[in-house]
Amino acid sequence: MTLGGAAKAAPPEGASGIGFEAVTVAYRGIAVLRDLTLTVEPGEILAIIGPSGCGKTTALRAAAGFVRPARGRIRIGQRDVTHLPPHARDLGMVVQNYALFPHMRVEENVAFGLRARRAAEGTVRERVRECLRMVGMSEFTGRYPRELSGGQQQRVAIARALAIRPIVLLLDEPLSALDAQIRRNMLEELAQLHRNLPELTVLYVTHDQTEALTLADRIAIMREGRLVSHGASRELYRSPPNRFTAEFLGRANLLPVRMESMEEGGRQARVRFGAFSLLAQAGAQLRLGAACLLCIRPHDLTLEPEGPAGNVVEAKVVSTLWQGDQLSITVDAQGTTVRLASTPHAEPPRPGDSLRLHFRPEAATLIADDDG
Amino acid sequence: MTASSATAKPSVAPALDLRALWIAAPLLVLAGCFFYPLSLIVAQAFTGDAGGFSLDTIRAVFASTLFREAILHTIGIALAASAGCLVLGFVLALVVSFVPFPGAALLARLIDTVIALPTFLVALAFTFLYGSAGILNMSLMAAFKLPLPPVDFLYSAWGVILAEVTVYTPFIMRPLLAAFSLIETAQIEVAASLGAGFWRILGQIILPAALPALLAGGSLCLLLTVNEFGIVLFIGAKGVVTLPLLVYDKAIQEFDYGTACVIALVNILLSVGLYFLYRFALGRLGGNRAGLV
Repeated sequence: MTLGGAAKAAPPEGASGIGFEAVTVAYRGIAVLRDLTLTVEPGEILAIIGPSGCGKTTALRAAAGFVRPARGRIRIGQRDVTHLPPHARDLGMVVQNYALFPHMRVEENVAFGLRARRAAEGTVRERVRECLRMVGMSEFTGRYPRELSGGQQQRVAIARALAIRPIVLLLDEPLSALDAQIRRNMLEELAQLHRNLPELTVLYVTHDQTEALTLADRIAIMREGRLVSHGASRELYRSPPNRFTAEFLGRANLLPVRMESMEEGGRQARVRFGAFSLLAQAGAQLRLGAACLLCIRPHDLTLEPEGPAGNVVEAKVVSTLWQGDQLSITVDAQGTTVRLASTPHAEPPRPGDSLRLHFRPEAATLIADDDG
Repeated sequence: MTASSATAKPSVAPALDLRALWIAAPLLVLAGCFFYPLSLIVAQAFTGDAGGFSLDTIRAVFASTLFREAILHTIGIALAASAGCLVLGFVLALVVSFVPFPGAALLARLIDTVIALPTFLVALAFTFLYGSAGILNMSLMAAFKLPLPPVDFLYSAWGVILAEVTVYTPFIMRPLLAAFSLIETAQIEVAASLGAGFWRILGQIILPAALPALLAGGSLCLLLTVNEFGIVLFIGAKGVVTLPLLVYDKAIQEFDYGTACVIALVNILLSVGLYFLYRFALGRLGGNRAGLV
């Protein structure tokens, strides 16, 4: 696996994907997941993200077999598992609060799934040792969960899920109970783990866009039970297909613009932003004269020109905020609030200063002014 | 200031330790209300007819067949009733907690109501239901033209056990419901995803979590059933004499206080002994490992 959603090679041998085919889940007649059609390719990490109540955990629970879809089918590998019980689906699961069995020692927790599947005791011992070594917990086999830190419990939960050698690993907000520093470390460890187990297909549910961007090959964004957008992580971040995706996946400046003309054989569009004529990536199919939004990430805006072909917008500084490794500057451009993130300056601009914002046409994407 | 006056420490009157009062007050109440009457019973048990120390009454009691039968009945009924309460309470608590059905919350609240009822009320209700002239027997006699009541378990040890199970099962259910509410659903779901079936989840996830509640409820049940008086008296089962009933007979009906005190003493020792035996047995079954016993 490569971080940040770089292109993947062909799926590893023996890997199985997950397929949601028009899956609808309803609780007491109210649909909480609507017509979800999504494929997790074999051996990839797909993150489902979205605000609370968007249906992302329901999608994972449907894949696990804890909720039965009212409509649609779920496939793991070539098997239709829609009506199979959880234990027949060959999947491992790690949840937010780890759900370790409190009365069992670490090694008993990890061995639980193997013993439930009646593995030979020699296999159980060998597999437990191997999985605990993989997550760096070999020294803690005799401890009870209450004697471990949050990060250590998380590692045990992952070892327990991997011990049964699942074809699919479901991770339900696995890092949300950890503090920021441990979360960053665990993210790197999860990425490393997947590099070691490339055949493992991972469905990762989180509300944290940073986790999704760091770990996932592809990201699916949900809202109110529906899939809003999905695609390769980097692609989705650079060229969000709609407003909700742009705003939910990282911070975005959305400038209200009007379509003027298509250029570069339709790849780029010239738009009007107040007094300024700008060039941007033509992300959405828009007719000439249509009102639309120009999406630019804060770190793609600079105070210095990057080349002769760049866009320029004049703006007035509203506020600056020093954040240690970066300077967050809020400006007013043609009546629109715009944020840019820059490296800390020796002489940062002051509120009221006039300045020129520069950005490359490739860094700006045109999207329709709707909620996706 | 001289050197001697500088080093001399001022004499301070010792402050009254108020913490001692907090301990002394409940100790005094306990001594007056519990230890003193208990000491009178012990003293009476070891006092002969002439007034001095004697083991005659104890010898006479232990030689009595009625007493030995009463011990066996007391232990048998208490163990059977407690076991029944544990099994029934566990199953019912499991259903109320993990099987969603309309009215589950109402049922959980009704358990508190049953706990509040006096024990003899159930015995009385059982007489109306299963007694010789109860609803069940009368209905069966009318339906099948029977000359005698066909159901007569009520006036035996089984009747007492059934009544005690009915009365004391909520004492098991209440702590179990509290324990089950603390089990994370995620634990059960993860166990299921790992391949565990119903019985493995029950035995390895739910039961260990329920051990403290089983220990608490079971101990209480055992103590209450060993000392149960009202139910045994109200049912009036033929040939079923328990130690509390025997104490009542000797003290109130025969005015034989010496014998009554010896039997009461044995009753106390039996309660405490069974209680510790229960804790020991539960510890061997896994309670020690979980730090419960």
